[in-house]
Amino acid sequence: MALITSILEQLLNGLRIGSVYALIALGYTMVYGIAKMINFAHGDIIMVGAYALYVYVSLLKLPPVLAVILTIITCSVIGITIEKVAYKPLRKAQPLAVLITAIGVSYLLQNLSLLIFKATPIPFGSIIKVPSVKLAGLNISGLTIVTLVVTVAVMVGLTLFINRTRMGHAMLAVSEDKGAAELMGINVNRTISVTFAIGSALAAVAGILYISQYETLLPTLGALPGIKAFVAAVLGGIGSIPGAMFGGIILGIIESMSKAYISTQLSDAIVFSVLVVVLLVKPSGILGKLKAEKV
Amino acid sequence: MAILEVKDLEVYYGIIKAIKGISFEVNEGEVIALIGANGAGKTTILHTITGLLSPKKGQVIFEGTDITKVPAHKIVGLGMAHVPEGRRVFANLSVYQNLKLGAYTRKDKEEIESTLEMIYKRFPRLEERKNQLAGTLSGGEQQMLAMGRALMSHPKIILMDEPSMGLSPILVNEIFDIIRSVNETGTTVLLVEQNAKKALAIANRAYVLETGRIVTSGDAKELMNDDTIKKAYLGE
Ligand SMILES: Nc1ncnc2c1ncn2[C@@H]1O[C@H](COP(=O)(O)OP(=O)(O)O)[C@@H](O)[C@H]1O
Ligand SMILES: [Mg+2]
Repeated sequence: MALITSILEQLLNGLRIGSVYALIALGYTMVYGIAKMINFAHGDIIMVGAYALYVYVSLLKLPPVLAVILTIITCSVIGITIEKVAYKPLRKAQPLAVLITAIGVSYLLQNLSLLIFKATPIPFGSIIKVPSVKLAGLNISGLTIVTLVVTVAVMVGLTLFINRTRMGHAMLAVSEDKGAAELMGINVNRTISVTFAIGSALAAVAGILYISQYETLLPTLGALPGIKAFVAAVLGGIGSIPGAMFGGIILGIIESMSKAYISTQLSDAIVFSVLVVVLLVKPSGILGKLKAEKV
Repeated sequence: MAILEVKDLEVYYGIIKAIKGISFEVNEGEVIALIGANGAGKTTILHTITGLLSPKKGQVIFEGTDITKVPAHKIVGLGMAHVPEGRRVFANLSVYQNLKLGAYTRKDKEEIESTLEMIYKRFPRLEERKNQLAGTLSGGEQQMLAMGRALMSHPKIILMDEPSMGLSPILVNEIFDIIRSVNETGTTVLLVEQNAKKALAIANRAYVLETGRIVTSGDAKELMNDDTIKKAYLGE
């Protein structure tokens, strides 16, 4: 009985952290699908979100709901700006140039944050004040409940948005063939902007959930969840939205199970080994489609 | 009256001059054929007309307005649709979703529905397969979908880039019959083809393109009987 409870607890832990990975992975995968680039600065948007929340809540003393909304807006605006200033001029450049630029943007964001907030970690208590729930001997924390509810809502909302709205259809068309999409009358530049805005908004939500768990601000806090979410996106099949959701959740569960039952130190190594094995068996990722590159 | 005019067009790929000063016009209601061998510059011209490429010199005039600098995504809303070379249907979307994207710039839901019905009537196979992914269609069906998708915008003029490419002779006939009937229902057609025989058979006038220049032009029936054309393009 104790073992089952412990496994269920780890499963919930995995779902919670996996949800955060999934939210971040969605941004990687959507941007890849539409703009055909890996936005390595995406992880740092989580950090921007965490600091923005801190500024709005602790420094400006705004009510939490308003602070959350402003945090999401801040990250979206920064995401759109990064795309316009750094990536758009490189739309026709080699992939390597775009990749290096993205890494540069990542360092820029980290260093700006270092400059403004300094290197000393800032403690920042969670704004999520939901009581925990006891269910069949299982203690489910308020943060876990909020994280799961928010993630499910985001996933349902995003799926509806893509499949039901005009902008969603435009995104699907642009992800397949930009030229043909333009011939349909779709503004490709605007569609790419919207994709960056949505990806960054999801990163903001992930950042809020992440900082509510770790409660310490650091300029590099986005790096690790960022790289893990990238792994999750590749695991699920980069470019695939269900793949990113699935990859994130699976990764979170593997991580928390490894930490609990194998080794805390080895958990990251196990996560990356799973990636290697999956890619050996299915190079396009679990839900990815293998496509011949267009010439 | 000319619905579309191309004036002194020059287009480059980097330092390579692909189109070396081309002028032609398409009158309302006509079928105009632009014929020429592979690499002559046909696709480049169509891409420049619909804004996917920018010319170095020259103008594209649509219904009396200079549209040379109008971005590609604003062209279809003006009444000019482009069926691109190689069909370029959205392979991972259904036939129905592809057709709906063709009407992306139109607002009136009822009008879109009635255009859709008309297209299903013209292409019954598209209706049978409306929920199928476009990538799973045969080449001929994909060509029909690409044409149906362009017609969903209810264009005044439709540009078609090698619609017969890679199709069996029976399908080629079917596609050309459809082009003729699209024209008969009031849409002007600018048809780009390597299949000169078929293109000249349905065109009013034609322009012959060689390495970025127009070398001959005139009445399609006369060109069909022209000895040099016969030799170079009709394999006689
Ligand atoms: N993307 C490109 N980059 C460089 N050269 C190109 C490109 N596309 C076409 N060309 C060249 O421009 C010329 C015209 O090509 P194109 O317009 O595709 O001819 P057509 O459609 O008549 O076969 C050819 O010499 C071709 O090699
Ligand atoms: Mg061509």
